[in-house]
Amino acid sequence: MIEINNLQKSFGKNNVLKGIDLKIEKGEVVVIIGPSGSGKSTLLRCLNLLEEPTGGEIIFEGTNITDKKANINLHRQKMGMVFQHFNLFPHYTVTENITLAPTKLKKIPKEEAIEKANELLEKVDLLDKAAAYPSSLSGGQKQRVAIVRALAMEPDVMLFDEPTSALDPEMVGEVLQVMKDLAKEGMTMVVVTHEMGFAKEVGTRVIFIDEGKILEENSPKEFFENPQNPRLQDFLSKVL
Amino acid sequence: MNINFLDFLGPMKDAIYLNFIKNDRYMYIVDGLINTLEITAVSVIIGVIIGIICAVIKVAGKRVYICKLLGYVVDLYTTIFRGVPVMVQYLIAFIGIMPLLGIRSSFVTAIFVFGINSGAYISENIRAGIEAVDHGQEEAGRSLGFTYGKTMFLIILPQAIKNILPALGNEFIALLKETSIAGYFAVIDLTKGARIIQSQTYDGIVPYFTIAGIYLVLVVILTQLLNIFERRLKKSDRN
Repeated sequence: MIEINNLQKSFGKNNVLKGIDLKIEKGEVVVIIGPSGSGKSTLLRCLNLLEEPTGGEIIFEGTNITDKKANINLHRQKMGMVFQHFNLFPHYTVTENITLAPTKLKKIPKEEAIEKANELLEKVDLLDKAAAYPSSLSGGQKQRVAIVRALAMEPDVMLFDEPTSALDPEMVGEVLQVMKDLAKEGMTMVVVTHEMGFAKEVGTRVIFIDEGKILEENSPKEFFENPQNPRLQDFLSKVL
Repeated sequence: MNINFLDFLGPMKDAIYLNFIKNDRYMYIVDGLINTLEITAVSVIIGVIIGIICAVIKVAGKRVYICKLLGYVVDLYTTIFRGVPVMVQYLIAFIGIMPLLGIRSSFVTAIFVFGINSGAYISENIRAGIEAVDHGQEEAGRSLGFTYGKTMFLIILPQAIKNILPALGNEFIALLKETSIAGYFAVIDLTKGARIIQSQTYDGIVPYFTIAGIYLVLVVILTQLLNIFERRLKKSDRN
């Protein structure tokens, strides 16, 4: 579904990604972990070109989206993204946040979009907040709405950029639960996170990135029980 | 019979009668007030439209090449219109440009001058407002598949305008007072109305204090309206 070839990204003289090769198949839950500053978030943000790569290519569903001629806006509609800081639109209600993109971009009739939004809100247990503004929600509720907002576009892949890092500890669980349910339904997911438990339990593949390179890539079981790379062994010894 | 009504004013009643009642002179004030409000309102609308266009061009200049070029034009515009006194701009428009364009309406000249002038100030306000919106908002919009333009108009601008509402209100209030120079260019605004009365009654006190009071009341009302409007918009920020 996504094929990344020799992806590079530098900010000025600072090389953040130094040639990443990665293939993500449909239905996979790829979890990316690594120390801060390792480039894991940059990699994720390159996937939908929020960061423009300085080298290499990204093939998404058969199209090279790093090609200047590719219409990135169309591809982004198929890639939902969830941010660390939620980034809900504060001037719209929860329902408006969710229906904005489907009604404006896919021209779905308003009633239909609202019905769909309610269905999704019901799933994440937030139907009672449909008319609320984001500022009245807790962090965990905001993030669940943000996930629903991305899902409303019926994306083929969901990108999660440290979705629980800005949450109070007691709210982490509710967001992870939504993500687990999503994985069970077969959604293709790429998740940058520090939640090792989530990586172990839900991930189909775990990737360790440091200094802009993939240092290890394995099934969760092998990855955590039998790490090969010394840098990863050191990292795991500190976080587990 | 008007005298009875004015009795409670005591010694002031003769002056009031002379300046406002006799020959229906209060109509100069009423007509002037209507003109002042019309010029201010239309000018602010023009200013906001110009301001939004210029601000968006400036902000988009960082990523759209054509906007970068247009940005230099916007810079020139804001520098000139904020740097030259509005009285001088008015003279140039009234005596130079408008006759050349064949426009004789003093009302059109007034909204032309004040609209373009306030546009220069408002554009800087709006630009600051856009830049104050969290960058994550743009990213969220783009990640959903919105173009940069749609992200700007659906997501960023509404928040930016809310941010700068106090500044916009102040611009409106400043403009209301600034329009008093229109009276020197063939517009019968509130100030000119008072001058006409004074020229007929030779009273330099009552007409001018009256319009001073009217300007003051208008400004206070506008300030209050602005506060109410702001509170309404803030509803989305409340818990």
